[in-house]
Amino acid sequence: MFDARKKDEILHDHNRDGVDRRGFLKCMAWAGTGAFCVMQGGVLKSYSLSRLPEMSPKDAMGELSFVQISDSHMGFNKPANPDVAGTLQVAVDKINKLSAAPEFMLHTGDVSHLSKPEEFDAVDQILKSAKPQDVFYVPGEHDVLNDDGKQFLERYGKGSKGAGWYSFEKKGVHFIGLVNVMNLKAGGLGTLGHDQLEWLEDDVAHLKSSTPIVVFAHIPLWSVYPEWGWGTEDSAQALAYLKKFGSVTVLNGHIHQTMQKVEGNVTFHTAASTAFPQPQPGKADSPGPMKVPAEQLRSILGITDVNYVQGKHALAIVDSSLA
Amino acid sequence: MGRSAFLAVLTTMILGVVTLEAGYRSVVASGQEKPSAMEVRIDNFSFGPAVLAVPVGTTVTWTNRDDIPHTVVSSDDPKAFKSKVLDTDEKFSFTFSKTGTYPYFCSIHPKMTGKVVVQ
Repeated sequence: MFDARKKDEILHDHNRDGVDRRGFLKCMAWAGTGAFCVMQGGVLKSYSLSRLPEMSPKDAMGELSFVQISDSHMGFNKPANPDVAGTLQVAVDKINKLSAAPEFMLHTGDVSHLSKPEEFDAVDQILKSAKPQDVFYVPGEHDVLNDDGKQFLERYGKGSKGAGWYSFEKKGVHFIGLVNVMNLKAGGLGTLGHDQLEWLEDDVAHLKSSTPIVVFAHIPLWSVYPEWGWGTEDSAQALAYLKKFGSVTVLNGHIHQTMQKVEGNVTFHTAASTAFPQPQPGKADSPGPMKVPAEQLRSILGITDVNYVQGKHALAIVDSSLA
Repeated sequence: MGRSAFLAVLTTMILGVVTLEAGYRSVVASGQEKPSAMEVRIDNFSFGPAVLAVPVGTTVTWTNRDDIPHTVVSSDDPKAFKSKVLDTDEKFSFTFSKTGTYPYFCSIHPKMTGKVVVQ
């Protein structure tokens, strides 16, 4: 989380028109340290930051802050990062240093690399040192190998339905954890499936359209790059059920890089991995682990800090690297 | 030697070479008529070769040379075969005892597909 005392803090509300050229350059300068800018229809929009450094933590009613981490791949040990436990610990240390302690964490999957019990145990152990002790998980495809996800459900899926989907409320924000890594079909993308979609329709049916919604799932719910399987086949149906809501934030992992897209009232955001980066769409032969010089690794792994301020349309999403 | 004698020798030599070659080919051919093992290499998020034609009775071995785990899972229902997760350098073998076309994919990265055609 970068220091808000720096004078070029970005304050543009994304509901206004795009940032001008000076704003664009400021935005780009922040990209390395963790601010978030997105091009939409050729217009650059930046996201307003939550005013945590200025406000006292218990201040505004409805103030909510949480962190998303993703793709810890515990058990991975190849050159792209021979010490994923170390980088996960760095991520936890960084979370612990945030000026306003996040209330909880979301882990958007690929907790383990090979679904081994000792890998899950290692992550649990490291996360014990995190200040936010509540962690909500959804599985990645690496978490459900060999046993159709039974182990993952036992560890992290209490109270969930089906393959592990569930929802909960925090300070008036409705969170929905979806599972799109089961029953993957040959040549296919991520998939939610009929049962989960029916559950989702029912889950949000009674909610007021002013309720902010946060959906989290492993594989992106928008088509980032189908050639590499970076998308979900039946996400359109899910998004149709969320159409009535004024603010929907979709948080994903899987692609090991930050990317953002805004479509109407829906903001899609993918997180960096705490383990290893992957290439940008199409920039390599395959989406495999991307090797970078060792001294650069931590600057492309990262965490995502999310803040909700009551009355604001969009959640403020700030990515920051581990270095 | 005379021209006709030369031609005779040349012809004999050529015929001799052709015979030897034919004999060699038939030795090699009989060696290849019933291969028992064929390999598929998994690398760079792909199966190589993507389409493998084998005679009935062949055992195919997949070896993962990628730096990320993969699986080999039959696309048919019911599944003709299904490997456990293969980390780098791990292998999976299956013997195809029935003719047919066997499409398969990696269940972790479903865009990775391949096919074994058994004749």
